[in-house]
Amino acid sequence: MIRNGAFAKLFSLVFAVFMLAPLVVVMGVAFTPEGFLEFPPSGISLRWFEAILDNPDFIDAAIVSLQLGVASATIATVICVPAALAIGGGRFAGRDALQALFLSPLTVPTVVLGIAFLRFLSMMGLNGTFGGLVFCHVVIIVPFVLRLVLASVTGLDPSIARAATSLGAGGWTVFWRITLPAIVPGVVGGWVLAFITSFDELTVTVFIVNPATTTLPVKLFSHITQTTDPLVASVSTVAILFTVALMLIVDRLYGLDRLLIGEGTR
Amino acid sequence: MTGDRARPWLLSAPALLLFAVMLVTPLVMTAILSFNSFDFYGGIQPTFGFSNYADVLGDSYFYEIFGRTFLIALVTTVICALIGTPQAYFLLRMHPFWRSLMILVVLGPLLISVVVRTLGWAILLGNNGVINEALRNIGLIERPLKMMYTSGGIVLALVHVMVPFMILAVWAALQRQDPATEKAAESLGAKPFTVFRRIVLPQAMPGILSGSLIVFSLSASAFATPAILGGRRVKVVSTTVYDEFLNTLNWPLGAAIAVILLVSVLAIMVAWNRLVEKRFAAVFQ
Amino acid sequence: MAILELRDLTKRFGETIAVDRFTLSVEKGEFVSLLGPSGCGKTTTLQMVAGFETPTSGSIALNGRDLSKVPARARGLGIVFQTYALFPHMTVEENVGFGLEMRKVPADERKRRIAETLDLVHLSHLSARYPRQMSGGQRQRVALARALVIEPELLLLDEPLSNLDAKLREEMQLELRRIQQEAGVTTLLVTHDQSEAMALSDRIAVMQGGRLIQEATPFEAYDRPTNGFVSSFLGKSNAIDAHLEAGGPGAAQLRCGDIRLDGPVSSQGPGAVLVSLRPERIEFCGEGEGIVSGTVVERVFLGDQWLFKVKTGLGELLVVRRNSGRREPDLGEAVHLSWQAEHLRILEAGSAA
Ligand SMILES: Nc1ncnc2c1ncn2[C@@H]1O[C@H](COP(=O)(O)OP(=O)(O)O)[C@@H](O)[C@H]1O
Ligand SMILES: [Mg+2]
Repeated sequence: MIRNGAFAKLFSLVFAVFMLAPLVVVMGVAFTPEGFLEFPPSGISLRWFEAILDNPDFIDAAIVSLQLGVASATIATVICVPAALAIGGGRFAGRDALQALFLSPLTVPTVVLGIAFLRFLSMMGLNGTFGGLVFCHVVIIVPFVLRLVLASVTGLDPSIARAATSLGAGGWTVFWRITLPAIVPGVVGGWVLAFITSFDELTVTVFIVNPATTTLPVKLFSHITQTTDPLVASVSTVAILFTVALMLIVDRLYGLDRLLIGEGTR
Repeated sequence: MTGDRARPWLLSAPALLLFAVMLVTPLVMTAILSFNSFDFYGGIQPTFGFSNYADVLGDSYFYEIFGRTFLIALVTTVICALIGTPQAYFLLRMHPFWRSLMILVVLGPLLISVVVRTLGWAILLGNNGVINEALRNIGLIERPLKMMYTSGGIVLALVHVMVPFMILAVWAALQRQDPATEKAAESLGAKPFTVFRRIVLPQAMPGILSGSLIVFSLSASAFATPAILGGRRVKVVSTTVYDEFLNTLNWPLGAAIAVILLVSVLAIMVAWNRLVEKRFAAVFQ
Repeated sequence: MAILELRDLTKRFGETIAVDRFTLSVEKGEFVSLLGPSGCGKTTTLQMVAGFETPTSGSIALNGRDLSKVPARARGLGIVFQTYALFPHMTVEENVGFGLEMRKVPADERKRRIAETLDLVHLSHLSARYPRQMSGGQRQRVALARALVIEPELLLLDEPLSNLDAKLREEMQLELRRIQQEAGVTTLLVTHDQSEAMALSDRIAVMQGGRLIQEATPFEAYDRPTNGFVSSFLGKSNAIDAHLEAGGPGAAQLRCGDIRLDGPVSSQGPGAVLVSLRPERIEFCGEGEGIVSGTVVERVFLGDQWLFKVKTGLGELLVVRRNSGRREPDLGEAVHLSWQAEHLRILEAGSAA
């Protein structure tokens, strides 16, 4: 294996600093004892983390985001597994069109999706409801789940299912005992990616929430556009730590590169 | 065999139903909305006409916004390609330990909310921000450099948000390459930079091109970053749509702007794909 | 004079010793094969010669010049990789011309040499194709042309035929030998396929566990293996544990259990030995003429030959008979076996693989 030279190492170091700088800065300013943003902080204080507790808005928003993430990721996974089995299971007329449709939310600009959902939900009288929010998020995250599950399904040797059938297993048994266990990594990976995507979503959500269903990113966004104080930094720090913890778990269980790049890439 | 023919459709029925109700219908309604008119007192009027499009296409103010949006997206894409391509290559050649660490650094931010990451850039770029303070402290500048509320600041933060997508795409292309091709070139007398330029880069090109497409379309429709770093002063298409919908409440005009954005992004994608296919059909399938 | 000299070449990867004090020299124009089972260190040896791995110790000299400080790109060796490693974005012509380009060969000479080399590998008509549009055998030839066009002092081939199917592999063996001889290039081939090594090489270096076990012409290595491993790795052989009774200058006397055997002339002293006997040297014979008798326990028809397993007092012996249309013994039939004493090979005890 040919290894990197000095230039490559320096380049990678500078790049890593660039990638980490904004996150480090956010976490740094969160620990300031002062009432304004400063970096590096003049001391270490948990004052602004305690302040989160005095702002139930943020806590409520975080709870909404968690519930929304779990609900939409679960629904998306449940409808994507059969769809992936259909699309990955062999050629049929309309297969490519179907797949293109399910992946299309990735190509439509999110702001367009946002206003489309807003228009639709307000016509239906569902604007700002949690249920409406969940289904909008499902549409946005379906492509992520579908891609990962599809990768597992197409990686599956079709003769395994045929072997089970030849041994006398029925359709459901084949699914529960053979197919599902084989695609579980893709399904779990898809769920996690969907959860994170939903949890972080801003552009669509900002159009369709009301004060009762405000999510954490929307709450942070509207706070930041008015003022940047250490409170948003401490809330963001908690969010970063939560994501990092989730990320480390996923990396252990599934491999972060596999999750984001897809199956079959070492 | 009708059962077999229906099977894939039955399996995809739930997803198909959802997409019909929750994606196709809303998009159609938005398209229709863009032809309606808006009355400041009466709200949305169920008329049908091209007045909104005429308003947008006839106003240099909107040209400026669209121009700025696509310029920002283009510059972001070019910078991402210039940084992301070598970084993906270096990643491939890293010692496995450093590589897995670097993958966390590259991909981790993808999983952290764009709002949080942009907040970081706001803290870094502000007039009293970290960068200006640091430059002042070492005496390089006296007056703060203006970075907040500039297109440059938006590009910088967008590069941070988008470059992982470029690296992922290039990385995927490089993984398909036979590592022995580099050795072969070296054994034939090529120096390291020649190996990169003549052997690695052409094989990474499909990844660079598909990564560019992703980065460009995501940058052109980015919202959080320009909204926080550009505010009302540096408006792009998505923040303009946001204002039309949630401040001015002129939904039909906002919908028309959004439809133009959608159509132009899709047109650019199709054209780009055509170009790429024509150029690479013989070499890479 | 030797073109390539490997002296005590050693490579460790942490705890594992991939190549262990390997010494070999290759003469000008020679075709030498490194033969051994997978994992015995062949590729590692080749990669060290090519300059892609650094030896832990030992030396490599090309034309008397020490290579340890010479980077891969300056060694001027032609290498054919197992995967061919063709540049997918370049046409055949561009692939072959790359090495000349790196050497700043003027365009018209480059063109001429590309054409000549493509002619040599019979690919002139495909020069504008991309690798993806070619078959495995054609890609193989492009890889060969790309390595040969720079007129290397030494051609390195790492399992060049292993990605081809059986029939094509045999054709390419002949092709490879012709091209090597026409180009007159000194060649070092790595393979785990004994028939490939025997068909192609002037000399074979058999490797096991990173070490050189025997170095000989193909005929010698097959007919006079110095070691049980070589004898079983090159073709089929019967290995019989025996006791050498009387060594010395005359014909050897061997004992295996109760059975006494006449051996070949051997200089070895008395003691435990391994006796090797090729299955095609054993004949079926009439009752009184046999050395041992036994029963056929397996019989396999292979088209051009028959394969028998015969249970005898010496253990189960493999017997190969050419299919000449005669009636051959049936399963369960009692048979008598004979062979010439000089076909036995007396090897070191316990040296079988
Ligand atoms: N880069 C490496 N790191 C660690 N061990 C290696 C490496 N390359 C080869 N080896 C080990 O060295 C031994 C010889 O490998 P190799 O030369 O590839 O064998 P061959 O080509 O004969 O099949 C094997 O045991 C292999 O596992
Ligand atoms: Mg090998």
